[in-house]
Amino acid sequence: MINEIFGVWNYWIVFTLMMIGLYIVISKKSLLKKVVGLAIFQTSVFLLYITFGKIAGGTAPIITNNSEEIYSNPLPHVLILTAIVVGVATTALGLALIVRINKAYGSINEDEISAVDLVDYHEKFSEKKNK
Amino acid sequence: MDLIIKNLPILIVITPLMFSLIVAVLPNQRHSWFLTNLASLLTLFFSILLGIEVSEKNLISYHLGNWPPPLGIEYIVDKVSIIPIFIIAVISCLASSFAHNFFTSEVYNNLISKTYSLWLLTIAGLMGLVTTADAFNLFVFLEISSLSAVALVAMGSKVDKKALVAGYNYLILGAIGATFYVIGVGLLYGVSGTLNMSDLSQKIPELGLNKSVIVAFTFMILGIMVKAAIFPLHIWLPNAYAYAPSPVSILLAATATKVAIYILARISFTIFGTSYDIYSFESLRYILLFLSICAMFAGTVMAIFEKDTKKLLAHSSVAQIGYIILGISLVTKAGIASSFIHLINHALIKAGLFMSVVAMSFYTFKRIDATSISGIGRQMPITFFAFIICALSLAGLPLTVGFISKLYLIKAAYMSEGIWLPFLILLSSALSLVYIWKLIEGLWYDVDKNNKLKIKELPEIYIPLLIITFLNIYFGIDAGLIINSSYNAAEALLNGIK
Repeated sequence: MINEIFGVWNYWIVFTLMMIGLYIVISKKSLLKKVVGLAIFQTSVFLLYITFGKIAGGTAPIITNNSEEIYSNPLPHVLILTAIVVGVATTALGLALIVRINKAYGSINEDEISAVDLVDYHEKFSEKKNK
Repeated sequence: MDLIIKNLPILIVITPLMFSLIVAVLPNQRHSWFLTNLASLLTLFFSILLGIEVSEKNLISYHLGNWPPPLGIEYIVDKVSIIPIFIIAVISCLASSFAHNFFTSEVYNNLISKTYSLWLLTIAGLMGLVTTADAFNLFVFLEISSLSAVALVAMGSKVDKKALVAGYNYLILGAIGATFYVIGVGLLYGVSGTLNMSDLSQKIPELGLNKSVIVAFTFMILGIMVKAAIFPLHIWLPNAYAYAPSPVSILLAATATKVAIYILARISFTIFGTSYDIYSFESLRYILLFLSICAMFAGTVMAIFEKDTKKLLAHSSVAQIGYIILGISLVTKAGIASSFIHLINHALIKAGLFMSVVAMSFYTFKRIDATSISGIGRQMPITFFAFIICALSLAGLPLTVGFISKLYLIKAAYMSEGIWLPFLILLSSALSLVYIWKLIEGLWYDVDKNNKLKIKELPEIYIPLLIITFLNIYFGIDAGLIINSSYNAAEALLNGIK
């Protein structure tokens, strides 16, 4: 029992973070909080990759004279460097869109945005009727 | 020339990518439009060369930087991937030549060069998605194409601020989908130690029944299903297509979801095909079948009640994606071939429909919905003629491409499921006639007496439109090319299954 929890400690962290991130994206009304949730969600994946690249007691993958030296798998680390860049780009694009949404709507709350859209729609509709 | 032939698989990706960098810094919009066209034409040229090569060799494997797979990244072009390559090349060529007038009127002036740059970046990303045979490289291209597509959608904010929210929703859902995919790839790498697709397909059966592989498969398929907008994961699609600048709607509607569907087929047949019987993926087949039937009806019904024409076409796209997935979910040669036939045909149909609809709204400076424009078809006979042909093609009338794909889909469905499935397909096609008729009636019969708009149709707008309309009819009469290449693709995909 103890081994099941603490032996795979990293994976528990990964999936807790993953669910927290996904929950924030789904439940929060603020667009900014959604982007934050998305960032947490993506970070959990980085941690997942790093976890199975790591070997206990392993060093950096550098050629030494000692041929029996244990080293960590470098490939997941490299992949995650790419994924971090992608994650930063996603967050940056999301934040840039939020700035523009705030300028256009005067709010970054999902409900208020759809309320503005609804008001616009009704104004357009009544204009047509008056004509 | 020999050098070009050798490097063709990377050239179709790198040409738009490099041109996008040049286009971004050009101050003059006309120059950037010209370079965009040049890049698309070059890509089309390379794709044609590639098509000739593939018909001789069956499979071209390209090692990036001469690092041999499975360690290096491998690009593969075979009979399957050549189909989406051609779709992207042809559509991007026609849509870029069509784009100039629309971007000038629908995008802020200082952003036009950047829009062209993003446009080319999207094409590069989509091309990369199709050619790469490395599971992680696929994720990178997925993000290149979808991030630039999001920015393109948000460019529509000059016309309607809803484009910003549509882009934002597309970004969030797309990012969740891509992250799901990358979780799956990670789990798969954790148990098999490789990222190369053909290497994965050999190593997965050796693992036997493994929980990680099942979870990985689920994550990957779910992630791609978001990108492919398969019902019920399609909610980002209607708004993104409706509020994007007009040329972007055409490009995305005709290529983005098609490429995602191609990846879905690749994952389920190339990577997991070899372990098909170990995990009994038969059950997944029924889930996809059920979802595609739901999509067929949900998309059509939503389209019937939709007023905004661009959104109506987007809802109809959801239904058409249902047809394509239906073919794949049959897992027979005829079924997969029919879904590839519809993949090509639907790209032609939707590109034509979006082109004619946005051309009408361009001349009249209005969004087209059920009431805003009536009888406009009489003032622009060429555009309306193209619209009619494409709309009838969507409904599946004989002598158009739509008929060919419906015919083969119904045949395949009847052969493997019996009479009930063709009945459902026909029912949903009949329902689609309702919204098509709604459009035609509004555009032709409701003549508005007060409307004194004088419209002169511009050749740079109607020539690409007529080309695509011609393709719609030509491949409806002489469908041999499409059918043969689809059957070859289906055979190549099913070879993987054991």
